[in-house]
Amino acid sequence: MRQQIPLLITFIVGTLLIVSVFIPPFGDLETTFNIWFDIIAVFAFFLGGGNLLRVHINKLRKRKRDWGFSIVTIVGFLVMLIAGLFKIGNPGDIASAVDAPGSLFYDIFNSVQYPLSATMYSLLAFFVASASYRAFRAKNREATLLLIAAFIILLGRTPFGVMLTYWVPDSTSLLQIPNLAIWIMNSPNLAGQRAIMIGIGLGVISMSLRLILGIERSYLGGDK
Amino acid sequence: MRRTTYIVVAGVVLLFGLSWVLHAVSMSGEADGIERAFMITMAAFLTLAIYSFLYKDNPFYKFAEHLYVGVSAAYWMCQAFWSTIVGNLFPRLSEGLSNYFQQPYQASGWNITYWIPVILGIMLLMRLTEKYGWMSRWPLAMIVGTTAGLNFVRYLRSDFVVQVSSTFMPLLGEDPHRWQGFGAFISNLDLSATGQLAAIVSNWVIFFGVICGIIYFYFSKEHSGAFGRASRLGIWILMITFGASFGYTVMGRISLLVGRITFLFRDWLEIIS
Repeated sequence: MRQQIPLLITFIVGTLLIVSVFIPPFGDLETTFNIWFDIIAVFAFFLGGGNLLRVHINKLRKRKRDWGFSIVTIVGFLVMLIAGLFKIGNPGDIASAVDAPGSLFYDIFNSVQYPLSATMYSLLAFFVASASYRAFRAKNREATLLLIAAFIILLGRTPFGVMLTYWVPDSTSLLQIPNLAIWIMNSPNLAGQRAIMIGIGLGVISMSLRLILGIERSYLGGDK
Repeated sequence: MRRTTYIVVAGVVLLFGLSWVLHAVSMSGEADGIERAFMITMAAFLTLAIYSFLYKDNPFYKFAEHLYVGVSAAYWMCQAFWSTIVGNLFPRLSEGLSNYFQQPYQASGWNITYWIPVILGIMLLMRLTEKYGWMSRWPLAMIVGTTAGLNFVRYLRSDFVVQVSSTFMPLLGEDPHRWQGFGAFISNLDLSATGQLAAIVSNWVIFFGVICGIIYFYFSKEHSGAFGRASRLGIWILMITFGASFGYTVMGRISLLVGRITFLFRDWLEIIS
């Protein structure tokens, strides 16, 4: 029963949503299921938060390696949660946005989360640069094509790229590096992306069918 | 921790404490000057703490990393609670709750069905317990079923039908409805970026590039002869795509880096205006 009921739920919900596209009276079903999905997803967020707390409290209790940093995670989590759920310092009433300027939630976002998020992603610039220095070798035709495409895109989006080919006349403006970068993005890149997207589309369709028909059931875990 | 670590931590705390005081003094005329000075100093400290990882893993990076995990988890929980639970669920469940949260009540005979996702959501939380963890399979099945049903139609439309139909484009001239004869066609052939030749070459590259790219992904037939040559062309197109994506991603990261460095030099150190 612990396996059959979930399989039945997946089958009914999946089939209903596909059928609703073809039968007009069921047209609103997609919207309803989307809202249901969002509501369950919120509980999943709470599950994630609960699990985070559990993991770090366990680490703290057992004095595992770097347990002191778990205090930072727990304090950061609780302060942000209380600031957001109780709208502390929010200048508006209860109906105002949770991230209204002036609220504690907004301040923590701007002084902690945004700088951390932007810096974390910008850190990748260094790693990508060092990885490309090691990996980018024009060893064969394919690697050379990759290298040239990346180089043109990088140059085309900098003032240096504009400066290098600004003298090229309008009648051959396609050869100006910024225009060439745009052309690469809009033509060969689009073709490659489209081929990949068609492949992904077919993959998702077949996987959806496998899930709905109960052939793929790894998401249920074991038999317990 | 070693004695050196304590000294470095104390030095950094002192340095940023001093930075806060200096900023607070310079902002003393403004409302919330002390608070704003603290926020700028905190953001600068966290930015430098993350960049310190470029040297090697260290306590400052670990502090920033752990803080990021905690704050981000709470941020998304709060956003989800206020937008979905308060914005979408309460107005359908109870008039009292709607009035309390000042949301317009959406009366409907079907509102009772919205208890189903609430019950499934509570069942999902049972995953935190060992004894009733199996109950979370039902909401999981609901999530998987909804995703499968919605994605089946969505991907069939947008990633398959639309992409295939968009690939069929004119190979001689930009727009077949504006064809003005071969004379005009030949006289307009130049290498201008907005010209006819560039558009035609683009259409050829897209049409044959997509077909060859798909051929490369087709593994049920040996890649030899004409099929092999098409597959080879497909690899070239894919390599250009990966190169372009790489360049595009790097530029995105560089612009974020420029943003952070601008923050440090303009808002924190006030060296540039």
